[in-house]
Amino acid sequence: MILGFDPKLIEIVLLSVRVSLTAVVIASALGLPLGAAIAVGRFPGRQALIVLLNALMGLPPVVAGLVVYLMLSRAGPLGDFGILFTPAAMVVAQTILILPIVAALSRQVIEDAWQEYREQLRSLGAGPLTAALTLLWDTRFSLVTIVLAGFGRAAAEVGAVIIVGGNIDGVTRVMTTAIALETSKGDLPLALGLGVILLSLVLALNAGAYWVKEAAQRRYG
Amino acid sequence: MRQRIFRNILIFIVLLHSFSASAQRFITVASTTSTEQSGLFRHILPVFEKKTGIQVRVVALGTGQALDMARRGDADVVFVHAKSAEERFVAEGYGLKRLPVMYNDFVLIGPKSDPAKIAGGKDILEALRKIKGAAAPFVSRGDRSGTHMAELALWKQSGIEIDKEKGSWYRDTGQGMGPALNTASSMNGYVLADRGTWLSFKNRGDLAILVEGDQRLFNRYGVILVSPEKHKHVKKDMGQAFIDWVVSPDGQKAIAGYKIGGEQLFFPNAGQEGA
Repeated sequence: MILGFDPKLIEIVLLSVRVSLTAVVIASALGLPLGAAIAVGRFPGRQALIVLLNALMGLPPVVAGLVVYLMLSRAGPLGDFGILFTPAAMVVAQTILILPIVAALSRQVIEDAWQEYREQLRSLGAGPLTAALTLLWDTRFSLVTIVLAGFGRAAAEVGAVIIVGGNIDGVTRVMTTAIALETSKGDLPLALGLGVILLSLVLALNAGAYWVKEAAQRRYG
Repeated sequence: MRQRIFRNILIFIVLLHSFSASAQRFITVASTTSTEQSGLFRHILPVFEKKTGIQVRVVALGTGQALDMARRGDADVVFVHAKSAEERFVAEGYGLKRLPVMYNDFVLIGPKSDPAKIAGGKDILEALRKIKGAAAPFVSRGDRSGTHMAELALWKQSGIEIDKEKGSWYRDTGQGMGPALNTASSMNGYVLADRGTWLSFKNRGDLAILVEGDQRLFNRYGVILVSPEKHKHVKKDMGQAFIDWVVSPDGQKAIAGYKIGGEQLFFPNAGQEGA
């Protein structure tokens, strides 16, 4: 299955990448602005929100999966969408898992930059919105690492996607759930082989991102 | 406001994936790990899909969980193996009718060193008593699956109240059949397994079948359409088409045709009284 680059295997790998990339794009689109807003904004409950986000970074995937399952179940409040046991449900679960990571870490990075440049930005007459956008741009290289951490978490977790996806052959089977299944069947060499593929994939993506970041930093300082 | 944002995100995600989700006509079947992990579905479903164009999406869980999933309305058909639990499911109004599909048997697996001296026996109750007597490691599924329910019933018949009498030799793993076999294999313990999963299981180590052939080890599978009255969105026509096919001569032939190493895993018995 592995050496022959079986079409089934390629399908599983592509689904993994598609689901986790979608989740990381959505989580970043929401989490980065959220992190920036908390970093530069001053509002009641801010500290509680920071603590909450930091704590949610450790949200157990299986709990996230269970909550999403109960929401999307036909008997649940969002059951009419009928998206339980589809890749969309897996995207929702993974987004919930990595949103706190992206928001909490970017909040920290941007707040540190804010401490450094606050006076400068103020003297230029920048309001909170301009300041937040400027800082998001200024810290973009650090933010890439954060987004990668989010992707790594999404691609590596099994607890949430196996509950909301159901590990359906050809529909919601991804790398991690396939590994869990092969382990169950006692086919440990195949499970390990799939694990190596998953690791190589994450490694390749990180190497690519690192290279892009280095090249960009050299060019734009 | 926040709800609207959440709703929009959800719609966005659904659109993004709609090309994969809604392109086909499909039904969702809640079934057991034994039918999925033994490879049966991979063998028979393509035949049905080719004939009808209906894709069958199988979610493999323990029987107890599979029935719960159907109770919440998340499946169109259940295909499981615990007759009394299935009959309760129907009696509660969640399912229309239980139809027998096939059977195989449970086998008692254990290490070749056999500390409880049960190898070759035909009496499963005697074997369980000996395991308890020797306090030999025994791995239980502990997950309300069909196999777990069968195991508990056998302890009861053997006159042992396992809940009260279990010692540290009795390992409650709360896992699927495969993981339970993996655990038994690594600790050289005894474990009750369905023959299908055992035949397709690869990490056997020192394990072998020690007791088989007792009438009480009979393991029967049934299929039920989830009640469209309880859950409006149940795809009753396609679900019924699947059930009709599984119990038809065609479907029964496909089931009988699934073999591993020349050994037949499941024996069709649709239409038999009392099965």
